[in-house]
Amino acid sequence: MLTKRIIPCLDVTDGRVVKGTKFLDLRDAGDPVESAVAYNNQGADELVFLDITASSDNRKTMVDVVRRTAEQCFMPLTVGGGIRTVDDMREMLLAGADKVGVNTAAVNHPDIVSEGATAFGRQCIVVAIDAKRNRDADGNFDGTWRVFTHGGRNPTELDAVEWAQEVERRGAGEILLTSMDSDGTKAGYDIELNRAVSEAVRIPVIASGGAGNLDHMVDVLRDGKADAVLAASIFHFGEYSVADVKRYLAEHGLPVRTLA
Amino acid sequence: MITGVIDYGAGNLHSVCNALKLLGIENRLVAAPEELESVDALIFPGVGAFGDCVHHLEQQQLVAPIRSWVQANRPFLGICLGYQVLFESSEECPATPGLAALAGKVVRFVDDGSLKIPHMGWNVARPVNSTDPLWDGLPEEPHFYFVHSYYPRPDDSAVVGSWTDYGTRFASAIRFGNIAATQFHPEKSQSAGLQLVENFVKKIAAPALEIAAKP
Repeated sequence: MLTKRIIPCLDVTDGRVVKGTKFLDLRDAGDPVESAVAYNNQGADELVFLDITASSDNRKTMVDVVRRTAEQCFMPLTVGGGIRTVDDMREMLLAGADKVGVNTAAVNHPDIVSEGATAFGRQCIVVAIDAKRNRDADGNFDGTWRVFTHGGRNPTELDAVEWAQEVERRGAGEILLTSMDSDGTKAGYDIELNRAVSEAVRIPVIASGGAGNLDHMVDVLRDGKADAVLAASIFHFGEYSVADVKRYLAEHGLPVRTLA
Repeated sequence: MITGVIDYGAGNLHSVCNALKLLGIENRLVAAPEELESVDALIFPGVGAFGDCVHHLEQQQLVAPIRSWVQANRPFLGICLGYQVLFESSEECPATPGLAALAGKVVRFVDDGSLKIPHMGWNVARPVNSTDPLWDGLPEEPHFYFVHSYYPRPDDSAVVGSWTDYGTRFASAIRFGNIAATQFHPEKSQSAGLQLVENFVKKIAAPALEIAAKP
């Protein structure tokens, strides 16, 4: 049975991990390669590097991080942040990334999705969608979500579910779905958002934003119908290890890969 | 003993080469027929589309040499597309024949509305013969990383090395003689994958060469 994936995300700037990784007991908690190796050894199913500065200088540093990680980690690696062109994608894939994530670039130039899929295969192209609940004048959620770009700063006219369907048509292999309402709250994923997108597309959906405890992960994988969960702080601050998460999910009847 | 890694210009070779390096296995890239002469075992990692892959191999004049290599039972490990192209044809690109080293064709997962396609993530491969050296040191039902929308359907079920379930039961590996090929990506499957690559080189390829070298 295909298992649900647990995907730690490392935010990187200038070649350094931004959030702490206290529990991993690393010599250098800020070294993304060392953190990646630790997650690899814990049995993380994939790893995401998110370049949060996303300048062109920073991209060169990121390429080096990816190359060194790929020499030591034999697991799928996704790199996102600041990827604007097919050449940017190629650079990351040649360095050893398996997938590249695009967000703002896909909204600005939707052709990058199809061009990337044609050049490298659909499975390489992850479209990240930052979605926020639309509310009426009284502040009530109206059942739809708006897509934001530039790290959540800029609203677009796009509906999140329709945008997910469009990028699927254009060749996205996967959707990384972040709820801006939930992100950073530790109050749980946006279950309705994940379910709405998961039911609207046929490609895998990775849920992101809001993980505060293990029940949140159970909820979004089971009720939210997500295929994978992405989490950052829940791992970095040592509250739970990847193994803890998997044990808990397995106890709740969700298929996961455990290390022998 | 030197392990060759087929370079057809599109596959992600780095992961396989990194894995071989970590395992201390001497390797070199093979991009032309004459380069096959200097290697003892072959690994063929493939990503991308069936038709593109075959066309690249044609341009490099590698189609017939790889077919002969497999048919001569020389040590071979195909990965993903490097597994699929061994067959006669693929629904992904019906106009382009495969290498036809094995009888059968590559088909798409049937889209019944319940499956997400591609089949992406970690799934179990159930070895047909768990005493085969390819699976040495692995759990009874090891997990490997998959990413594909098509899978081979060998005519001869005797070549099937493992089964995997995704909507249907499919041959996630083949295994016979000195030949192995997997739909999953051992180079992306952490310790289980590294173990499988090491098993292929040290427990299948190396002993085969020793036997071949005896007078």
